[in-house]
Parts: sequence; structure tokens; C-alpha cells
Amino acid sequence: MVSVPHGGELVQLDVVDPSHDAFNGYDKSLMLPVSKETEATVLNIASGILSPLTGFMGEEDCKTVLDSMRLSDDTPWSIPVLLHVASSFTPQVRDEIVLTDEGGSPLANLLIDERFKIDRKEYAEKVYGTSDPAHPGVARIFSSPDSVLAGRIRRFAARPGDPFSDVTLAPRETRVLFGEKSWRTIVAFQTRNPPHLSHEYVQKTALAFADGLFINPVLGKKKVGDFRDEVIVAAYKALIRNYYPQNCCVLSVLHYEMQYAGPREAIMHAIMRKNFGCTHIAIGRDHAGVGSYYRPYAAQEIFKEFPDLGITPLFFREFFYCRKCAGMANEKTCPHGEDDHLTISGTRLRELLDGGESPPKEVMRPEVASVIMSDPDPFVR
Amino acid sequence: MTKYTTVSLPVTLHKRVERLIAEKEGFKSVSDYVTYVLREVVAMHETEKTPAPFTSKDVEVIKSRLKALGYI
Repeated sequence: MVSVPHGGELVQLDVVDPSHDAFNGYDKSLMLPVSKETEATVLNIASGILSPLTGFMGEEDCKTVLDSMRLSDDTPWSIPVLLHVASSFTPQVRDEIVLTDEGGSPLANLLIDERFKIDRKEYAEKVYGTSDPAHPGVARIFSSPDSVLAGRIRRFAARPGDPFSDVTLAPRETRVLFGEKSWRTIVAFQTRNPPHLSHEYVQKTALAFADGLFINPVLGKKKVGDFRDEVIVAAYKALIRNYYPQNCCVLSVLHYEMQYAGPREAIMHAIMRKNFGCTHIAIGRDHAGVGSYYRPYAAQEIFKEFPDLGITPLFFREFFYCRKCAGMANEKTCPHGEDDHLTISGTRLRELLDGGESPPKEVMRPEVASVIMSDPDPFVR
Repeated sequence: MTKYTTVSLPVTLHKRVERLIAEKEGFKSVSDYVTYVLREVVAMHETEKTPAPFTSKDVEVIKSRLKALGYI
């Protein structure tokens, strides 16, 4: 049986056409343009990926999440979901506003429940474990206004024209899909890169214990040098087509901005995949980490604090090709030294692909490398 | 800050838990241990009474989209 929704109920907000009357007749002072990342958050609230949230958090939830990684009703939750607004945006409690995309098209109605301020340094230290502005999550929170609106999303406008709509499933859809496939145990795999062989081995090892695999790449804001979203999706399609048995794997993307919050973010990744119906999630080395801000297995250790999370983490060590083992292995299965291991840094891998040179097949499947190299511009510039 | 309240335990059980956590890592106090165990048990009971998230009519609409996309 698939996981029950987080908090007990799958949120499914009304979805209406952008031309719906609900978005008309508003004074300009009640229209709030939001970034693409906030747009993705609104979509994730509306479709139930962030159940049980029905909107942006209030002050009490924000405090309990920061202090004890729980909502005010004790439901596990590790990172606040906030709507930052400039202090010049004047609507007050009980006003209904329209969130719009950057181009001014309506996204959602939001009924304001609260307006409050956060201490951004405290937020950074609790969520990211640091207030170092070089940390990308810290930099983002420091550049966001400290003024925050809380409130319920009442209606959500359908978003036509998403280039990934054919590989974007909502939780209610994955739940039906898993049922149709008669899967009772489903392992989620979170990723933000095209697949290396080491990723494939994590997925297949997990799949050996489960009925199905849910590959859920994160698409959204990228750093310069990252793979473009189109490339990630095409690479996964190539891998699945060539190396996975039929009917054991579902590929669907998640529009979401990585926070690089390491252990706290691993919990959020698990909650979102639980809402898709997954019963398990693969958690590897330095999951959702960046630089050296977190211990390599901190994102695994944190799960001990959540006996009531409702999704089971599967912990993995990093896989690599071992020349002496003549196959893929990890530090738990391989007795040989690093000299026998074939590993390539992400930077070197990008250099090879950028120069049109296929990486060793022990690092990346030729079909995957071919898809990447056939793209005229696979990287964010 | 998280707020706390008090519940009563039999002294014998309290002592038993104290002995147990003295030998185990991860729990700072009897309260920590009891909170952990209760969260696990309560979540299990809550799961048992969760309603289905959609109707059979919803399911047919969803299946149509999944078929159109090639998922089923």
C-alpha cells in the first residue's frame, strides 16, 4: 500500500483557468508578482506535494519548524515555507491578494492570515547550520525581505505551456499510477543531475527490495555550469529505455528550488516523496549538501529523530567502479584501495562532455553520454 | 519554542526506562524516550484511519491522463 499523505490528508486545491473571474477586478496594490521559485512552491502546495500545507506558513509554525523541526501540530517538517514580501507591499490581514508570475499572469488567490518578520540570521543558522553568506541558501535568505505574509491559497490558476508537462505528475496521479501497477513498495530517488553509473546502482540496489522505483529529478533554478533541465530529462529517458526492465520505473519531474540545506532538506525531500505515495526514499552521501558545510552522512543521521515520518529512508554509501572487483561496488562491499577505484569529479566529467569526449563507460552509460553530447548546449551558461 | 506538559508514569516503568537509556545512545532523558515511542505509535494509529484521497470518478479522470501520457 502506498504511503498515506503527510499529515493525513492530501491537499488538492481548486485549479481554474487563468481567465477565471476570481483573478479579475483586483486593484494593482493587491497583485504580487513572485519569482519562478515561489511559483513552483505555489504549484507544489496546490497539487499536494507539500501536504498538509494549504498555504504559506504563519509565525507559530515557522517558529516550531525552526526550533524543533515540527509544525505546531507536531507533524514533522524541517524547513519553513514562507512568502517573503517587500515592506512596501501594503495589504494587511484578511485582504485577499493575487499572486502573479513575473509576466503578470495570475497564479493564485491568497487570503492573508498573518504578517510578521523573521530573523534571517536565526533562520540561516537553524536551517543551514551556518550564517556564512557563501552558502547559497544563506545568500538567498539574506537577500530576501524579512517581512513575510502567511495565508491560505484559495484557487490556483492552471499553468499552460510547461515544456515538461508530459513528465510532470501530481501526487494524486502517481498514487493512482502506483496502484495500477500493483506496487506496494515504492522507492523514491531524488536527483539534480543526469545519471552516472553510481546513481544507477543506488537505484537498482533499492529496486531489488521494492516493487517500483520513482525517479524524481528536480528541475528549476540552476547554477552556472549545471546541466540544463532538458538534458537531465533526456538523459534519464535514455537510461530507462536502455537499462531498466519495463514496468519497474516511473520518471516524473519536480519543479523545486534546491535549498542546499543538507540534513534538514533531506527530511523535506522525504516528505514530498511520501506525498507522491512513495514508501521509501534513497538517501546517499552528502544528500542535498553543498561544499563542506555538512558531515558526509549527516543527512542520514537526522532520520533517527523522526520515528513518525511515515516514509522509510534507505541509506547508501557512494558507489564506484573497482578495477579489482571488476564491477560497481561501494565501501561496504569492496575491500580494495582508492587506487583501484575509478572515480571522476563532477568538474572533470563536465570538461569531458563539453569537449565532446565520452566519459569511461564505467562512469556513465554511453547512451546517456551520447544524449548529453548531442545537445548543442547542455550546460547553464 | 516547543511547549511541554507533564504526564504520569508508574515509578517502576520510569526506572526501567532510565536503566534502558543509560545503556543506549540517542536518548537524553526518559521524556525524550517516551516522546519518541509515542510519536511512533501515534503515527501508526493515525495511518490506520486516513481516508482515501479521491473518489472512483477522480480515478477514471486521472487514468485517462496517465494513458494519454503513456504511463499506463
